[in-house]
Amino acid sequence: MESTGFVRTTMVPAVAPPISERTVVGWLRTNLFSSRLNSALTVLFLALIAYVLWQFLPWAIRSSWTANSLDECRASIKAAYGEHASGACWAVIRERYLQLIYGFYPAEYYWRPNLTFVLMLIALAPILFPRVPRKLLIFSGIYPFLGYWLLWGGSIWGVVLVVGGLAAAYFLLTVLSERYGLLVAVTSIVVGTILWWMVAVAPLQGVLHSVIPLGLPAVASNQFGGFTLSTIIGVTGIVASLPLGIVWALGRRSDMVIVRAISVGFIEFIRGVPLITLLFVASTLLNIFLPPGTSFDIVLRVVIVVTLFSSGYVAEVIRGGLAALPAGQFEAGAALGLDYWKSMRLIILPQALKISIPGIVSSFIGLFKDTTLVSIIGLLDPLGLSNAIRADSSWNGIVWELYAFIAVLFFIFCFAMSRYSMHLEKRLETGH
Amino acid sequence: MNELQDKSADHTGDTDGARPAIRIQDMNKWFGDFHVLRDINLSVNLGERIVICGPSGSGKSTLIRCINRLEEHQKGTIVVEDIVLSSDLKNIDRIRSEVGMVFQHFNLFPHLTVLENCTLAPIWVRKVPKKDAEETALHFLEKVKIPDQALKFPGQLSGGQQQRVAIARALCMRPRIMLFDEPTSALDPEMIKEVLDTMIELANDGMTMLCVTHEMGFARQVANRVIFMDEGQIVEQNSPEEFFNNPRSERSKLFLSQILGH
Repeated sequence: MESTGFVRTTMVPAVAPPISERTVVGWLRTNLFSSRLNSALTVLFLALIAYVLWQFLPWAIRSSWTANSLDECRASIKAAYGEHASGACWAVIRERYLQLIYGFYPAEYYWRPNLTFVLMLIALAPILFPRVPRKLLIFSGIYPFLGYWLLWGGSIWGVVLVVGGLAAAYFLLTVLSERYGLLVAVTSIVVGTILWWMVAVAPLQGVLHSVIPLGLPAVASNQFGGFTLSTIIGVTGIVASLPLGIVWALGRRSDMVIVRAISVGFIEFIRGVPLITLLFVASTLLNIFLPPGTSFDIVLRVVIVVTLFSSGYVAEVIRGGLAALPAGQFEAGAALGLDYWKSMRLIILPQALKISIPGIVSSFIGLFKDTTLVSIIGLLDPLGLSNAIRADSSWNGIVWELYAFIAVLFFIFCFAMSRYSMHLEKRLETGH
Repeated sequence: MNELQDKSADHTGDTDGARPAIRIQDMNKWFGDFHVLRDINLSVNLGERIVICGPSGSGKSTLIRCINRLEEHQKGTIVVEDIVLSSDLKNIDRIRSEVGMVFQHFNLFPHLTVLENCTLAPIWVRKVPKKDAEETALHFLEKVKIPDQALKFPGQLSGGQQQRVAIARALCMRPRIMLFDEPTSALDPEMIKEVLDTMIELANDGMTMLCVTHEMGFARQVANRVIFMDEGQIVEQNSPEEFFNNPRSERSKLFLSQILGH
């Protein structure tokens, strides 16, 4: 039989990729010198980087670490590097770094913020990394109260009573919701818990403390400052605003008209008002609205305002993630018989939050940096302290060094968040 | 051979095949002003296999989506497994856990592995212990011939494999009725057969099935009854032989000539 068809009897073997895919030279050629324009830009930007470093490095390195005032700094730099040399006066950081980190927290208790910080890392670990044993989550649950007690001190009984109230509320919730339905149970328990906190905790704490005096020396809120304060406000705001943001986002997509109206109203109000305005409300106006005699801790007030503010933005980011999910995901969950909350928790939110990670983390980074605004209402965060330090006659006129130090501290935190979000996106990638 | 039937029969202790599994009476539905479903009357017996066909926009998908309340009907009654479909959320969830559904676009959960896709609803809705749920899942994944993919994510599978996982996922809830909404329309031609084979096997096991599909070969081979819909109405109901060889309405003749005519 004659045949003009062609049939391959052996397959062509795979061949190693061309040199441009494999070596450093190949990488340079494809990425930096692929065309004339690319080569020109490469050279231009290398030159620019070199120029900036050429200007900056001598200033940073020809510096003084030992002086006790700006004048001494200048004199010692001139003595060492010549009449026209200019250098950084890092001595201000050496002298004031403790203050920039701890504010006016009593020096003998520095171990308390330190310990709180370390414990914070431990409490966050199981939330951030799935490989950490799940049992640590119990500690993460206790940590907010423990951290509060460590930082502010006072009798441990206050914290124990507050936690006890929460535990009792949770226990009662499971019992009551079976008997009287969820709505009745939740309302009565929320009211009960708040009453317990407002009415019973203070006197009971006094009684218990007189029996077994167990506690740490109290530190007042006006002694808080520096990077400790930024971290307290920032981390609490971040941790609390994510769940709150989820609630607002779900509320905004709810079928229930009133829930939706309240959510939309809240989100649009938050996004329409500058944070500073809200901070002023927190620092001054709130006292007018609260019943006379109640004093509400200023740091707590700021934390609440920052949390509410951030939750509005987080809600909108999450709403974007929810909108990006195909309707089929909602339908598939419903078709399997999952109710609203289960399908949200198991199917919709895991995906919507994953889509929203870059936006959420951007909001969090923004929030963390916005904590510097509290200096405007008189709290001594690093920026507020830097103004105080520059008002000191020894350091009058110093600018760059302080801000550079503060910038580096903030950069470390924000960069870590940004890297973590990239890591998280990669970890949750299931496409291929 | 009849294991699906047996499993579901355990549920009520009733093995009478002639009892209607689904009863739809004078059902009407509107999307806004648009009257999508008009006076639908349909009774489906347990163990029956029904293929619903018709031109696009005729309301076939909407009809089966009404059965598990993915769409809400405005008039008439739908009774599934003796549960009346009303806006009572408890009834809706009960019906949904008795009725499995397979979608055109699979709708697997991309953030969960194949195994987790299959065990999610049994664990959270049926409260089956995780270990038992996994056993069941592996059993059904074996049945749809992809047990070795259990730990992969849906995004790593081909379309045909994804659709077979979707079938297994629905089966893991031990449903008494399965709804198929154009299960092969989004597949490459070479993958249609593997999904149809799975569905045929399911039919042979005695599952009650309602399939919206354009696969007329499947309808001939498997269906007890073919329902032809047009403009929101059931135009013709007949056995497959009668429907394909001797269609009664002008509309079905035209439809058949268009899809079989080349």
